Amino acid sequence: MLDKQAKLLEVRGLKKHFSVGGGLFKKASLVQAVNGLDFDIYQGETLGLVGESGCGKSTAGRTILQLYKPTAGSILYDGVDITALDRKAMLEYRRKLQIIFQDPYSSLNPRLTVGNIIAEPLMIHHGDMSRQDRLDFAKELLMKVNLDPSFVNRYPHEFSGGQRQRIGIARALAVEPEFIVCDEPISALDVSVQAQVVTLMEELQDTMNLTYLFIAHDLSMVRHISDRVAVMYLGKIVELADRDEIYEKPQHPYTKALLRAIPVPDPIYAEANPIQPLEGEVPSPIHPPQGCYFSPRCPLAQPICHEQSPEYVEKSPRHFCACHMV
Amino acid sequence: MSEIMTDGQGMALAAEGITVKLRSNAKITWEKFLQHKLAVVASLFLLTLAALCFLAPLIAPFEFDAIDLANIRKPPSAKHLLGTDALGRDLLTRLLYGGRISITIGLTAAMLGTAIGTLIGSMAGYFGGRIDNLLMRLTDLAYSIPTLPLIIVISSYSNTQAVGIVMIIGFFSWMQTSRVVRGAILSVKENEYVTAARALGSKDRLIIVRHVLPNISNSIIVGATLGVGNAIITESSLSFLGLGVSPPTPTWGNMLMDSQATMSSQPWLTIFPGMAILLTVLCVNFIGDGLQDALDPTL
Repeated sequence: MLDKQAKLLEVRGLKKHFSVGGGLFKKASLVQAVNGLDFDIYQGETLGLVGESGCGKSTAGRTILQLYKPTAGSILYDGVDITALDRKAMLEYRRKLQIIFQDPYSSLNPRLTVGNIIAEPLMIHHGDMSRQDRLDFAKELLMKVNLDPSFVNRYPHEFSGGQRQRIGIARALAVEPEFIVCDEPISALDVSVQAQVVTLMEELQDTMNLTYLFIAHDLSMVRHISDRVAVMYLGKIVELADRDEIYEKPQHPYTKALLRAIPVPDPIYAEANPIQPLEGEVPSPIHPPQGCYFSPRCPLAQPICHEQSPEYVEKSPRHFCACHMV
Repeated sequence: MSEIMTDGQGMALAAEGITVKLRSNAKITWEKFLQHKLAVVASLFLLTLAALCFLAPLIAPFEFDAIDLANIRKPPSAKHLLGTDALGRDLLTRLLYGGRISITIGLTAAMLGTAIGTLIGSMAGYFGGRIDNLLMRLTDLAYSIPTLPLIIVISSYSNTQAVGIVMIIGFFSWMQTSRVVRGAILSVKENEYVTAARALGSKDRLIIVRHVLPNISNSIIVGATLGVGNAIITESSLSFLGLGVSPPTPTWGNMLMDSQATMSSQPWLTIFPGMAILLTVLCVNFIGDGLQDALDPTL
C-alpha cells in the first residue's frame, strides 16, 4: 500500500563530515558523522530512525533541514533539490520542513514569553500580520497542542518538560509544515508524559497531514509510532524495512542485537533470558574501520566483511539491508 | 483529545472568549525594575546629581573660574560649603560644573565602548571561523597596544573637547567587553532555540538581536557598568597629563588630580571630588544590578 504513495523526500548519498580540532599548526581531523545515506520518505508516513548515541541520526535530521550544509549528496523535496537553493529560495522550504527538539529546556528562549516564541515564525513568514492577529494565532496553536491559551503571557521556566515540549511543537506547527524532523522529542520526558506527547503527535499527523522523520533510541516507542524503521550505525543506514517486518524478521546482525537488548518488563522472563550485550564499543567516526563498519563487533563477521564495504540493497521487497552475510 | 488534557486547566474557555492582553516586555521589565529598591534609589540619586550638575550655571553660588586670592584653601564654611581650592575658587561650584563633563564622559564613553565591544564580540562569537579569528586577533592587537601612550599621542593631535575625549576613551575600551561577549555567545548559540530560529528561516541579525544578545545581557551590563568608572578615571588621567579637558574648565578627574599634593593638609579638596566619582560609579553599579534582575524573567 505504501509503495503506491508519493515520495515526499528523497535522500541520495547524503554525507556530512565535520572537521574538528584544527588549528594554526594542527591538521583538523574529520568526523564522518553521516556517511552516505540513501532513503525515501513517503507522503504521510512516519519513518523511525534509530541507532546508538553518536551514530549520526540527529546530524542526518538536521542536514536534511539544511541546518548543516551537506558535504555531499542531494535531498529532493517534492522533486526539488533543496541543497542547491540559495537563502531566499530556501525560505519557502523552511515553512514546509520543521523540527522538534529533544531538550525541552534549551529549545525555548528563556527571555521570551510563550506567545512571542510561538508567534516568531509568523513574524518571519507573515510580516504583514498584526500583533493581535499573531497573538490570536498563537492562542489557537496552544489549544491545538492541548495547552491553555492564556499561557501566552508566561515564560518557559514556568512549565514542566511535557508542557515545554508541546510549546516547541506549537512553534513548529505555526508555519503549517508538511514534514517534521522529530529529533528525539520524547527521550527527555517522563515515561507517563512520553505517551501523551506521542499521542498528540499522532493526532496532529492525522489532522494536519504531516510526515514525520522520528529520530529515537527507544525501540518500543519507535515501533508504536513508525510505519517504517531505519537503523543507523556509524553514519550509515544498515537496515530499513516496514515496522513489523524489521521487528519480526530483522536481517542485519546489528538490528538483531538491538532488538535483543530491548528490556522486557517481566523479571522471570528477564532472568531466564539474560540480555547478551554486543561486544566492544562503537568505533570512532574519525577513524571508521575498514570494510563493513560493524565488522569489528559482528558475531557473523567473515574475512570479506573486514575488507569490503557491503552494499545497501533491497534484499527482499521493501526491505533494505547492508550486509554481506544476508 | 480528552484523555491527554492533563495540563489544560481552564480549557473550557474558548480561545476567542479569553481576553489576554499581551504585556509588552518593556513594561514587564520596567515593573520589575521598580521593585529593585536599591536600583531605584540609585537612579533617583544619580538623576538628581546629574540635574544639579547640568543646572550649574543657574544654581551654582559662584563662577567656576572666579579666583579669590584672599580665600585660598579654606575648609568648608557657611560661605563656601565645600571649601575653596588653591586659587580660592569655590569647590561646590567647580564640583557641579565638573560633574557635567565627568558624568557625560563616563556614560557616553562607556556606552560607546560597550556598543563597539558587543558588536565585535557578537560577530566573532556568532559567526565563528575566519571572522572570529580576524576579529579576535584585532582585539588582541588593540589590547597589546599600551593604551595610555597611544591616547596621549592621539589626543595631542586632536582637539581635547569632551566629544574628542569620549571618542578616544570609547575606541580604546571595547576589548574586554568584546572578549566577554564572544565567550558568552559561544555557549548561548549552542542552545536549540537558536537552531529552531534558523530552522524557521530567521536572518542572522534577528537571531543575534532576539535570541542571543538578550541571553547574554548580564555580561554586557556588567561590562558597561565597569566601563563608566573606567571612563571617568581615564579622563582624569588624561587631565592629569594635561591632555584631557583643559583648565580652567573643571572635571572631577582634574580636580582630584590637582588636589594630590595637598591631600593631607587640605583633605576636602580630595574627598569631595573622590566622593562624587565614587557615588556615581556605585549608583551605576546598583542600576546595572537592578537592570540585570529586571531583564531576567526567571526572577
